[in-house]
Amino acid sequence: MQKQEPLLSVRELSVAFKMRGGVLTAVDGVSFDLDRSQRLGLVGESGAGKSVTGFAILNLVSRPGYIAGGHVFFEGRDLATFSEEEMRNIRGNRISMIFQDPMMTLNPVLTIGQQMVETLKAHRHISKHEAEKIALNKLQKVAIPSPEKRLTQYPHEFSGGMRQRIVIAIALLTSPSLIIADEPTTALDVTIQADIMELLLNLCEEEKMALLLITHDLAVVSQVAERIAVMYAGRIAELGSTEAIVNAPQHPYTQGLLKALPQKVERRKRLNQIPGSMPSLQERPPGCAFYDRCELRGEICHRESPRLVEKNAGLVACHMVKDTTGKEEK
Amino acid sequence: MSDFIEIKNLVKRFDISGGLLEEIRFKGGIHRKKTVVHALNGVSFGIKKGETVSVVGESGCGKSTLARCVIRIYRPESGEVFYNGKRVDNLSSAAIKPWRAKMQMVFQDPYASLNPRMTVYQTLLEPIRFHFRDVSRSEADDRVAAVMKQVGVDPDWRKRYPHEFSGGQRQRISLARALAVKPEFIIADEPIAALDVSIQAQILNLFMDLQAEQGLTYLFISHDLSVVEHISNRVVVMYLGSLCEFAGTEQLYTAPKHPYTRALLSAIPQFGSEGFNHMRLPGDVPTPINLPSGCVFHGRCPHADERCRREIPAPITEADGRVVACHGVEEGRLEWL
Repeated sequence: MQKQEPLLSVRELSVAFKMRGGVLTAVDGVSFDLDRSQRLGLVGESGAGKSVTGFAILNLVSRPGYIAGGHVFFEGRDLATFSEEEMRNIRGNRISMIFQDPMMTLNPVLTIGQQMVETLKAHRHISKHEAEKIALNKLQKVAIPSPEKRLTQYPHEFSGGMRQRIVIAIALLTSPSLIIADEPTTALDVTIQADIMELLLNLCEEEKMALLLITHDLAVVSQVAERIAVMYAGRIAELGSTEAIVNAPQHPYTQGLLKALPQKVERRKRLNQIPGSMPSLQERPPGCAFYDRCELRGEICHRESPRLVEKNAGLVACHMVKDTTGKEEK
Repeated sequence: MSDFIEIKNLVKRFDISGGLLEEIRFKGGIHRKKTVVHALNGVSFGIKKGETVSVVGESGCGKSTLARCVIRIYRPESGEVFYNGKRVDNLSSAAIKPWRAKMQMVFQDPYASLNPRMTVYQTLLEPIRFHFRDVSRSEADDRVAAVMKQVGVDPDWRKRYPHEFSGGQRQRISLARALAVKPEFIIADEPIAALDVSIQAQILNLFMDLQAEQGLTYLFISHDLSVVEHISNRVVVMYLGSLCEFAGTEQLYTAPKHPYTRALLSAIPQFGSEGFNHMRLPGDVPTPINLPSGCVFHGRCPHADERCRREIPAPITEADGRVVACHGVEEGRLEWL
């Protein structure tokens, strides 16, 4: 059977930062695939390397950071071989990015219309009038009331939720095949967060876009993504279908996170906490990065760093997880 | 049991007009106009001893202002705060000092709330020396070591500076600073919002353990509705400076009555549920500068009628003990009642 080539294929991607005390490896050999119109969630704590992974895909890591190794294939082509000009044709055109703070993305001294036309004209040879028509259409898609009037307004005239809708509309302008959304609702209130995530989910389905959703919020990701990759200390600890991660997490870190959710224990009782905290990436321990906090740790975990391999229904990087499907790897 | 902390009709406004020139308006002749943020519009509720009451609401609803008025960082415009039956909101800065040792506050950002140039030891010693002048040095040292142990930070680290600790450890130190003067009542303003998921559970457990050991009373401010559901005995829901609903946690989460509470609770991200089925509220939160007439929620409420637009709903205590401020609930015309 012929398998369709994935839209995005990240292979052994590593990103490092040159620091005073040496080199900090923020992303350490991360690999995953994302098929067309599929939604993948990348979850982890701050410093786990999830945002840096998102930036590295678009080759947007700036000094002192650098891509230390690996490849990113988009539609089968290695982005590392692209010239800066070819990259510009990918960024904001074939792949759009949505950030946490809409005010960081929007230019405060230009109207929404000007910004949208500017984006379109950078990527397409079209007239201003045509660009405005597309902009209007996209504002309608993100459910902004009276879009004609809104085109002439400045970002400060919108509420936080409306601004994030506009950022999404701008991301949609060029009909990209992939959207990378980095904590798109973290700065928003919960009622607005639900609205925005629902909008993003519906748009991805309607427009057949793939989504890489980067967030720390397990609940949000489980509502939107079809597959989830859990990152810990710069590596993927576990990758599987949302259903598998929710119902049968394999990695002790994922298990710990899920067990620590307040709804897992009776009200007013102690929560199941994971002891300790994530190790500093500058002093990465030789074995498994989760070793110190792990309940299942064995002798091998201290010596040897586990690779992400197929076990049971998903991929997991843990020596102690048994594969019960009968296949023996290695 | 009477209330240990009683908050009555608290009103707080902030004048943000700036200088004289910014106040001048030229419409219809020259006149001055003040710009005022109505942060709290008459909020009342009580906290029993040993209880955790949480305040939830979206950003800008006045929950942090409320916390700061209760501990008198802000002086409220009107209203009263009683601590164990004694009115404390009108005391002078000198007169409130003994009460300050009984009520302490933990802030959201453990990076901003610890002085980077003070060691942990200095940070923890300061409140002890300030509130208890006659405590000897060695007693104070013992107290510092004791609170560090209580919050799970090794007392051998007392010579270290805040930057040497992780976010979770810093929040432990913030809590230790609050505990150093043996308070009875702790106000925690979003104490876990800045922490990572795997650390949040540790700090919440610490809060609950300390309450069990020392019978502490908590006023917990948070926007995380799942966390609030877990740790609270009772919950206050606020919207635009006004109290919407005040009820026992179980009551509130299983059968919310106020339309805003219902919308808010429906928007909690549900782990493991695919897609969304929250209640969509039309429009945005209005600005607290020009408050809507009548009920502050009427512009977004699907059940608002003429009375809601005209008349501010009074908080009414229901038969089951909860307090709801909603004309629709009072009139019994909402379909879920």
